[in-house]
Amino acid sequence: MTEKLLARAGAVRVAGVVAAALGLVTVLLPWAYGKTALDNMTYFFGPSFLQLCYAILLLVALVALAAKWFRGRLGRFAKAVAWADTAKAAGLGAAGYALACLVAIAVQNGGLVMIEPGGWAAFGLALVTGGAALVLPGSAKPTLGKLKSPPWVQILAIAAAMAVVLFAAAYELNRADIEDFLVFGCFAVAVVVVGRAAGLFGWLSLAAANNRRVLSLAAFAVAFAFPFTQNGSDANMSVANQVLIFAATAMGLNIVVGLVGLLDMGYIAFLGAGAFTAAVLSKSAFATLSVDLPFPVTVLISGVVASLLGLLIGTPTLRVSGDYLAIVTLAFGEIFRITMNNLDGVDGPNITNGSNGVPAIPNLDFFGFNLGQVHHFLGVDLGRQSNYYWLLLVVIAVVIVVFSNLAHSRIGRGWVAIREDELAAEAMGVNTFALKLLAFAGGAFLAGMAGSVKAYRDTAVSPDQFVFLESAFLLAAVVLGGMGTIGGVLIGATLLKLLPEKLRFFEDYRLLLFGALMVLMMRFRPEGIVADERRQLEFHDADEELAEEVEEDLVSHHSLLNPETDRGAVA
Amino acid sequence: MSAPVFASGATKPGGERGVLLEARDVTMRFGGLTAVKQVSLQVHDGEIVGLIGPNGAGKTTFFNCLTGLYKPTSGQVTLRGDVLPPKPRDVVKAGVARTFQNIRLFHNMTAMENVMVGTYCRTKANVIDAIFRLPRHRREEKASTARAGELLAFVGLADKANTLSRNLPYGDQRRLEIARALATDPSLLLLDEPTAGMNPNETRDAEDLIFRIRDLGLAILVIEHDMRFIFNLCDRVLCLVQGEVLIDGTGDEVQNDPRVIEAYLGSPQAEAGD
Repeated sequence: MTEKLLARAGAVRVAGVVAAALGLVTVLLPWAYGKTALDNMTYFFGPSFLQLCYAILLLVALVALAAKWFRGRLGRFAKAVAWADTAKAAGLGAAGYALACLVAIAVQNGGLVMIEPGGWAAFGLALVTGGAALVLPGSAKPTLGKLKSPPWVQILAIAAAMAVVLFAAAYELNRADIEDFLVFGCFAVAVVVVGRAAGLFGWLSLAAANNRRVLSLAAFAVAFAFPFTQNGSDANMSVANQVLIFAATAMGLNIVVGLVGLLDMGYIAFLGAGAFTAAVLSKSAFATLSVDLPFPVTVLISGVVASLLGLLIGTPTLRVSGDYLAIVTLAFGEIFRITMNNLDGVDGPNITNGSNGVPAIPNLDFFGFNLGQVHHFLGVDLGRQSNYYWLLLVVIAVVIVVFSNLAHSRIGRGWVAIREDELAAEAMGVNTFALKLLAFAGGAFLAGMAGSVKAYRDTAVSPDQFVFLESAFLLAAVVLGGMGTIGGVLIGATLLKLLPEKLRFFEDYRLLLFGALMVLMMRFRPEGIVADERRQLEFHDADEELAEEVEEDLVSHHSLLNPETDRGAVA
Repeated sequence: MSAPVFASGATKPGGERGVLLEARDVTMRFGGLTAVKQVSLQVHDGEIVGLIGPNGAGKTTFFNCLTGLYKPTSGQVTLRGDVLPPKPRDVVKAGVARTFQNIRLFHNMTAMENVMVGTYCRTKANVIDAIFRLPRHRREEKASTARAGELLAFVGLADKANTLSRNLPYGDQRRLEIARALATDPSLLLLDEPTAGMNPNETRDAEDLIFRIRDLGLAILVIEHDMRFIFNLCDRVLCLVQGEVLIDGTGDEVQNDPRVIEAYLGSPQAEAGD
């Protein structure tokens, strides 16, 4: 009985491998009839980049299926990979990707007839491969995440991963056609799914946890290099700047919502306070308090004004909590906008020029380096947005360091204690009111700093930039990305600013889609894309297995007592 | 335990025990209900005092009056002669720490982090220290970590330092709560039903732990329903009934007082009359 089953499994495996091998051949065939579809898939023996992406997925599936036959000869590393799950993910991923390609070809060239037999074969063979892997027995949980490896390997892996991210992001952002954008997006998603299934991400995250400094430096280096991939175009850099401003503000909100657990629905006011402060103090002809200050001083003043506003709103409102606080802060956000509208010299003193705001803010100039001009460097034209991008990169670096250092201090522990049980925190000697106020003021300071750069980048500040919808999006970025985390909020901010920009064609349905996305997220992954190890538990209360897993992670990643021995014990 | 864990609260060897905590005529009224009526209590250095009474007698309310969670309607609480400040966090700073009847740990923090929150009120690093990682932050962080480690070892949780507190077994959660309270460096520890829900073995361990805490020089005030536990442990026992002190005396005196038995079990006459 079992022998029969085993024999059949062997046959299925052979079929899967053969299908994968044949599938690899299809990239040497044309997939499309017209040259304009995707990146020209019309050549014999000349695979295009997107066809090679398909080949990569299928190759992984082939190797994963065949790995069973070489089990005895596999190394330590390869033995820890969940091959069966990898084969499943890669095979089905390749099929899904091929399908996306076919749909894109049909849409771009006008009809299914534009798909060559090679394309159909690619889809079919990937489907067979994936199907075979699906039928075969699954594998045990990957143990890759617990594998020890030499530090240089870890660092190399981080560098390689970062390089891949940079390349993929640059390629993706430079797609002009929406179909190309979505097809490559499908590939990226497939790669992520395969990496997860194989356990590669577990291993990478361990490597990242062991080399936090290397990881941050690598991430920063990649971010720094990004403008050089844009061939002098400023379009993507403009989006990137919006993302960075948004992310810095969201990081401030992350202190309030993620760490302390206070719901603030009017956060955009703090960004606005910073922006208006910088605008009013700028050398614009419309600025009412025009003072010639060095920019770093302006940034600090903007931050201080925003945090004063935070104190102003916090002192009376922090006595209420939960839903009540949400409503009060929501009202505060509106009060801010309306006040800015009314400081026009008619209803009040003229500070903001009312609804006109402060336009024509001149570009920044650091020691003769004008941020408004195009600079030529390393053979690439770097435009205005690139210059501001680097300035914003400095701001976000500061914001991240401040957030992270505060979170990992007695203050951060006090914040989390308040989130967990406010009464117990107070009874343990934590000054809850002062800490909540500090969170409000501190978060506002970060948002205010971002606001001052926003004023110069946008060259104009007006009250209608700071509507409630923006506050809602900020909150969504934090919740979607993962409350209390740095990476999550960065990802959340990127998605929320990038997708609307790239997916212009359904602009009208943007909010509808966004709402649906939020509902789905809250149903299936309420802790956000990048879950805080502890936060995850709050949403999956009954999940004992998860609790144990998180604990194991905590022990292996950052043991407080004796890092070496503990890590060794788990691995 | 190598170095002395506690700086304050050492018992004067041989000398007379001073009055540590004194509650004078504490009354707590909620609208028309008087939950605690004119309760007076003295706790001396290094003493273990028990607080017993039937459910609803006002024991926990009295505890809350002592720790600043409630402001007594009238009466006064002093610690070494100084009136206790009105806010819970200031009471902790003055040297009175407590645990809760229904465990109130920070569930999604590790055991270590829970205890380190307890050191909050004895550390001073501010925002600037934390952001720029100044010496004060690093020094305090090191000291807090070491201290928390010692305390976890003291209560027997050294090997669970990185366990999330929600995943600890019930008895360990109770002990962790005690470690967290000890981290605030108190001279008086208030325990609200420390053995509730424990099996006899765990109760014995808890008894042992409380004695060891006393030996460190702390005074302890403990609410409990387990009479064997109370009479084993306490130098003095106070019985509250309907918010009033019924009797304040040694274990034997309280144990043999017919009024205490009546308060718990009802009077034989009343039962006969039913």
